[in-house]
Amino acid sequence: MASETTLTPSSYIEHHLGFNTSSVGEGGFWVLHVDTLIMSVLLGVVVFGFLWWAVRGATSGVPTKRQAAIELLMGFIDNQVKSIFHGDRHVFLAPTAFTVFVWVLFMNAMDFLPVDIMAWIYEHVFHLSHWRSVPTSDVNATFALALSVWLLMIFFSIKVKGLGGWVHELFCAPFGSNPLVWPANFLFNVIEYVSKPLSHSLRLFGNMYAGEIIFLLLGMWAATGLTGTIASAILGAGWGIFHILIVVLQAFIFMMLTVVYIAMAHESH
Amino acid sequence: MNINLTLLAQAVSFAILIWFTVKFVWPPLLRAIENRQKQIADGLAAGERGREELAQASERASTELTSAREKATGIIAQAEQRAAEIIEEAKGVAKVEGDRILTGARAEIDQEVNRAKEGLRQQVSLLAVAGAEKILRREIDARAHGDMLATIANEL
Repeated sequence: MASETTLTPSSYIEHHLGFNTSSVGEGGFWVLHVDTLIMSVLLGVVVFGFLWWAVRGATSGVPTKRQAAIELLMGFIDNQVKSIFHGDRHVFLAPTAFTVFVWVLFMNAMDFLPVDIMAWIYEHVFHLSHWRSVPTSDVNATFALALSVWLLMIFFSIKVKGLGGWVHELFCAPFGSNPLVWPANFLFNVIEYVSKPLSHSLRLFGNMYAGEIIFLLLGMWAATGLTGTIASAILGAGWGIFHILIVVLQAFIFMMLTVVYIAMAHESH
Repeated sequence: MNINLTLLAQAVSFAILIWFTVKFVWPPLLRAIENRQKQIADGLAAGERGREELAQASERASTELTSAREKATGIIAQAEQRAAEIIEEAKGVAKVEGDRILTGARAEIDQEVNRAKEGLRQQVSLLAVAGAEKILRREIDARAHGDMLATIANEL
């Protein structure tokens, strides 16, 4: 389905993993992945627009099925937040967790779109030679979420403990306030602050990227003949079904880590 | 894996979505749910109250019923007593009346007897006078003997 005239396995994979880029300045950094941005913003607008529409008519009486479904999801997330965070969660943390879960879930769910059919549609309907459907398989998207959470974490840490309290904690936790262990404490905290956004974002990215790669490999197998087509169809269906679990699970894990990190920032050691 | 401006753009849209949810999605839903929880709690409380009231009312009804039954029993007893009294009274009156009638009748009978005796006495005296007159017509002075007989008749 690629635009190239000769289709080799490597060009197939390369094409599917190529971003629709748009350069806005000098150098490698000033590049936008238009596909990631459009897909994520579009999903955000559609999904949160739907939520807004459903919630605007929210009634405290007998709810509609639409409202009840959203309330179930809300109650589920609210319970998770309640078990971790002991402040007033309705002000910020619970709605943030809700946002993270819903948005990541739908961005992950783009993985269910069949890669080659979508590539054909993007190519022939929208005239886009490169288009990645799954925003969360772009490391920029997951890093953006994780770094936002990271900033929120530092923000709440400073807000709750004060700047002095935060710096104090950088040097005096977890080993104690003896000046001799200050370097160890600081090193420990730096490692923690670095590893948190990395593990947070790379876990999601890795899972979604690997999922996509497996779909592509199955697609390649399908091109090798009848046996390959049948086998890859069956395996693709199996992987797709398994992917339902991965998509939801990764969204859930991402949300839980968000809640845990921000809740931890509220607690002083 | 190339980090670029997409990251910032994505972070901005993330921030906007968080703001949107915090502002427009979560609060109305939370309010609706909390109101419903309150309504349900109120409804349950009202139901509980209703049940308690029902229990109280049925208890009251049963006490009323018992007292009404007692009252009715009392009234019946009174009525029976009164009926017995009335019967006794009537018996008494009837007895007095009967006695009165009996006494009257007895007096009348006595009168009748006296009257009959009187008549008989007169007739006997007349018969005696007539007989004596027939026997003693000749020699006896009718007038002197008549006086004597009258004295006897009066002594009878």
